[in-house]
Amino acid sequence: MSDLRELYQQVILDHNKNPRNFREMADATRKVEGFNPLCGDHYTIFLKIDGDVIRDISFVGNGCAISKASTSVMSSSVKGKTREEADALFDVFHKLVTGDKGGDVEDELGRFAPFSGVAEFPTRVKCAILAWHTLKSALHEEKESVTTE
Amino acid sequence: MNPRSADRGTADRGPQTADRRNAEEVPLPSAVRGPRSDYDVERIRRDFPILSRSIRGRKLVYLDNAATTQKPQVVIDRLVRYYTEENSNVHRGVHYLSEVATADYEAARTTVKKFINARDEKEIVFTRGTTEAINLVAQSWGRVNVREGDEILITAIEHHSNIVPWQLLCEEKKARLRVAPVDDDGDIILDELARLLTPRTRLVAVGHASNALGTINPIAEIIAMAHANGSLVLVDGAQGVPHMSIDVQALDCDFYAFSGHKVYAPTGIGALYGKESILDAMPPWQGGGDMILSVSFEKTTFNALPYKFEAGTPNIEGVIGLAAALDYVSLAGIENIAAHEHDLLTYATGRLREVDGLRIIGTAKRKAAVISFTLEGVHPHDIGTILDREGVAIRTGHHCAQPLMMRFNIPATSRASFAMYNTRAEADALITGLHKVIEVFR
Ligand SMILES: Cc1ncc(COP(=O)(O)O)c(C=O)c1O
Repeated sequence: MSDLRELYQQVILDHNKNPRNFREMADATRKVEGFNPLCGDHYTIFLKIDGDVIRDISFVGNGCAISKASTSVMSSSVKGKTREEADALFDVFHKLVTGDKGGDVEDELGRFAPFSGVAEFPTRVKCAILAWHTLKSALHEEKESVTTE
Repeated sequence: MNPRSADRGTADRGPQTADRRNAEEVPLPSAVRGPRSDYDVERIRRDFPILSRSIRGRKLVYLDNAATTQKPQVVIDRLVRYYTEENSNVHRGVHYLSEVATADYEAARTTVKKFINARDEKEIVFTRGTTEAINLVAQSWGRVNVREGDEILITAIEHHSNIVPWQLLCEEKKARLRVAPVDDDGDIILDELARLLTPRTRLVAVGHASNALGTINPIAEIIAMAHANGSLVLVDGAQGVPHMSIDVQALDCDFYAFSGHKVYAPTGIGALYGKESILDAMPPWQGGGDMILSVSFEKTTFNALPYKFEAGTPNIEGVIGLAAALDYVSLAGIENIAAHEHDLLTYATGRLREVDGLRIIGTAKRKAAVISFTLEGVHPHDIGTILDREGVAIRTGHHCAQPLMMRFNIPATSRASFAMYNTRAEADALITGLHKVIEVFR
């Protein structure tokens, strides 16, 4: 049970039940969909971008606890950040959930710590990272939809 | 279906020496022959080596049989024996090994023919599986029989592999794909299906049983309705063959497709049954070796059935393994297996209903041992991960039936599916695991 408790930490369960920024955004400047075909996770992320800054972010959709909590945490952590800052956070998160200890990026605020258990569950890494890939695509205007495949 | 111990050796028609050796060496599965009361699931379990391994320190509880089944030792041994003693290409050599391999390969066709009670070996085409069999029909039969404005009728319960090949065909031919709906229990609404049968309906493609909900479709009735309308019928038998006795002549279906790996055989092998007259009139599908009689740059003469549809070196090992698996199933008795699985279905359904917040999706009266469910407040993927830590393997997701999930307004389900070797104790392990899920999430 202990590694399951590591995966499903209280913070994750809380974000899953009460996701932050969970709403549509009528005046979004950017809207991108993210899919995880393996388990059917499906989110739409809305962004209001002003110059280089993410003024507002929200999301709607459906998926497992890991993906929903991750999207929720991602949305709170990038609000008000510049593209560059958001990209840096992506790297921090990515390293954390893939168990990559190298590099010099640090999760200074410990915001992503609840996701550290994901590294022990290789099939769940995609769930955790989906929101971030979707964000990246939205910020860099790559695609209208993103999949984890 | 009666046990056919006579088919036991797949090399019945092989050269004398091979024949005798097989008769001596093929180990009898310990599966019990005879009536249901003798069905000894513990003995059967011992025939499947993987069932005794542990997963993350716990005993494996394998409940993902609708995705693929485990293999009995006789099948594994048969593959080893093939490569150890018989490996050779088929239909091409005059040497001894090629004769043995060819004889075994063709004997396997007879085994399949008998297993589904086809009239003739010519009606059995080996394919990679159900998907390839359906694509073969869509592309070969469809190429010459479907025209602009024609209709193909499928149902809302189909697996993607019985949807997409028809979609591709319809797009190419400007034909129309129509879909018979299902009701809230997951039963096809036959009145609606009848209404959708029109003079333009060239073919009805329907699953024998649903991998996502377990529904056993009334295919005999559907076939009769379609034939009365002048339409052909293809049955996707991927979930039929493992769970019930199949008689394609009694059903009178025009095509029947199935996969070996869902009936204890290796992956990468399956078969298409087609009525001889229909197969005969179809153009070849893939071109290459084996499917020709003679080739010149001006004109190629195609081989007879079923070789016309088996271009290139086939999956010989798979075919031979498939026959070993079907023999194994026949010895245990498909009716016994069906009865055992039905008991598990009834027992597990009852126990699942006791779990708080659990909803079973698919409540048809006739079901194969497949149970799809949702658990309030917990996504199937999370259920799958937690059960996995308990050693319980289930499938979560849309089960290659996204339109069906939409019909029930759910993104995904968790699915437990049972096979001949599962036990009530394993259903109990599933329930215990689900209580762990609830403990983590509440
Ligand atoms: C009902 C049904 N049809 C078709 C298929 C496709 O079978 P295969 O992937 O072996 O070709 C499956 C297997 O998942 C199935 O359950």
